[in-house]
Amino acid sequence: MEIKHTALAGTLESSDIQFTLSKGTGVEINLDSQVEKQFGNQIRKVITDLLKDYDITDVNVRAVDKGALDCTIKARLIAAIQRATDTQNQPNWEVLG
Amino acid sequence: MLNKVNREIPDDILKDKNYKPFTTTEIGDPETTYVAHQVKVSQGDNKLVDSIPEVIGKTGLKNGMTISFHHHFREGDFVFNMVMQEIINEGFQDLTLAPSSLTNVMNDMVIKAIKAGTISHITSSGMRGELGDFISHGGLKDPVVLRSHGNRARAIENGDIKIDVAFLGVPNADAVGNANAIHGDAVFGSMGYSLMDAKYADKVVLLTDTIMPYPNTPASIKQTQVDYVVKVDKVGDPDKIGSGATRFTKDPKELKIAEMVNQVITHSQYFKDGFSFQTGSGGAALAVSRYLRKSMLEKNIKASFALGGITKPTVDLLEEGLVSKILDVQDFDKGAAASMANNENQQEIDSSWYADPYNKGAAVNQLDVCILSALEIDTKFNVNVMTGSDGVLRGAIGGHQDAANAKLTIISAPLVRGRIATVVPDVTTVVTPGDSIDVLVTEVGIAINPKRKDLIEALKNVPGVPVYTIEELQKRAEAVVGTPEPLEFTDRPVALIEYRDGSLIDTVYQVKD
Repeated sequence: MEIKHTALAGTLESSDIQFTLSKGTGVEINLDSQVEKQFGNQIRKVITDLLKDYDITDVNVRAVDKGALDCTIKARLIAAIQRATDTQNQPNWEVLG
Repeated sequence: MLNKVNREIPDDILKDKNYKPFTTTEIGDPETTYVAHQVKVSQGDNKLVDSIPEVIGKTGLKNGMTISFHHHFREGDFVFNMVMQEIINEGFQDLTLAPSSLTNVMNDMVIKAIKAGTISHITSSGMRGELGDFISHGGLKDPVVLRSHGNRARAIENGDIKIDVAFLGVPNADAVGNANAIHGDAVFGSMGYSLMDAKYADKVVLLTDTIMPYPNTPASIKQTQVDYVVKVDKVGDPDKIGSGATRFTKDPKELKIAEMVNQVITHSQYFKDGFSFQTGSGGAALAVSRYLRKSMLEKNIKASFALGGITKPTVDLLEEGLVSKILDVQDFDKGAAASMANNENQQEIDSSWYADPYNKGAAVNQLDVCILSALEIDTKFNVNVMTGSDGVLRGAIGGHQDAANAKLTIISAPLVRGRIATVVPDVTTVVTPGDSIDVLVTEVGIAINPKRKDLIEALKNVPGVPVYTIEELQKRAEAVVGTPEPLEFTDRPVALIEYRDGSLIDTVYQVKD
């Protein structure tokens, strides 16, 4: 799936994560997390796995994490992907299921 | 070697610094000898000094000496920065800094003094923010020694801390050194921690912005103890000394925890007429006093005393007649500080009276119920209030180890904070040993220390208070947040955590980045 334009989802409130997706070459993840030391790798894995599920191979991911749980990270990233790929009205049920 | 809470204590520290490893929370009845301090005899004239540089000269401060301050002005302190800047300016080297604690407003100056070589050793109750970060990244060669308030009193009495010069800010004083903290612009109520310095330092300097006519009473610090009095423009910012009116939390999670804490208290054998309690200043702890008030009215139970750091809600209970006396070592808000001037039943106590394990009996030993907080608590009930989830120093022992001596010690804490579990398999740093802790209260339920069979029996069928094992609570927390990767540290100690008897309970190492 192709990133069509820059899109944002999430807030900077505690326990939330804010994603900004933009066009790029290859997958580049720039993570700024309050819990980098304990959960940085886990958060990157959640992001990488989900991008793979959506078959997104070229994207710049900027994530500012305020201690979000995995379920929140997934929800925010899915929202950002749908916005960046203009698929808000055609959710990918296979991935969501 | 491994100590009794299974912490590896480096042998060279035990040897070089003559430490014993922590073994037990039982103090027993050892004999000890208090040290004496030097007295430069004065007839009381000419104590008034015009400036800080002049008084530093008069005290005979030398390289390598120990200086002390108190932290009663909290985030509104002007005195520490004024004095420390002058000491740096004059080029002193290799001093030991031994304040009752360090607040954020002192951080930049401490770092400056370390970089200038002025401060080479620190002992404190704790540290936070920039300074905690600086020390945790190896900013000071010699490890910081962290002591509880009761332990600091003990260490001063037996000479582990030998204060050469104490610089004590006070809201008022007369020209010969009688001072209190209940009148003036920058009142802070009880002078509890600083009273030890006034009693045991070789040289005692008071700094004040308000000179009173002689004799200035009530005198908490007395003219017999004071060498010099310095008039400065302002000792502190009244708005930052304590929060204004303490507001009760509206956070539903904290309220639920508070309600459950109250259930635990009122269903224990200690909730009877004449009981005593200490609550902290955290959101949930403050809310407990509101629930407790209601239960006391319903059951017609009155408390004999409230202890510790005092807040306005506790003073309200005193004025309502639900608490007979307050034993007050420090005040957390303006209401509590101001009421000290009017309530004769709000007794100022020094930190030895409050919590010292090595005197003839401290107030904490009489305490029935105590509510404490935790950054982390582990499945052995050990509590960490010192290092954050990144392993960096960001707290203070305060009276935690001391007040945990109560007959019923309750830790109130949320199961998780954001993505960080509060209930963990092993705390990063052991500050208060699990042997002192009786009940953990979280928003999902409570866990009781297995050795308290009486409490397990008393609390097994309390409506709205589900009982779990602490392992169950730990697993529940982990199911929510996931399994964290272990923190990485270097092998270089940056702080030594003493137990209240002066033994070594844990070591904090430099963080790896």
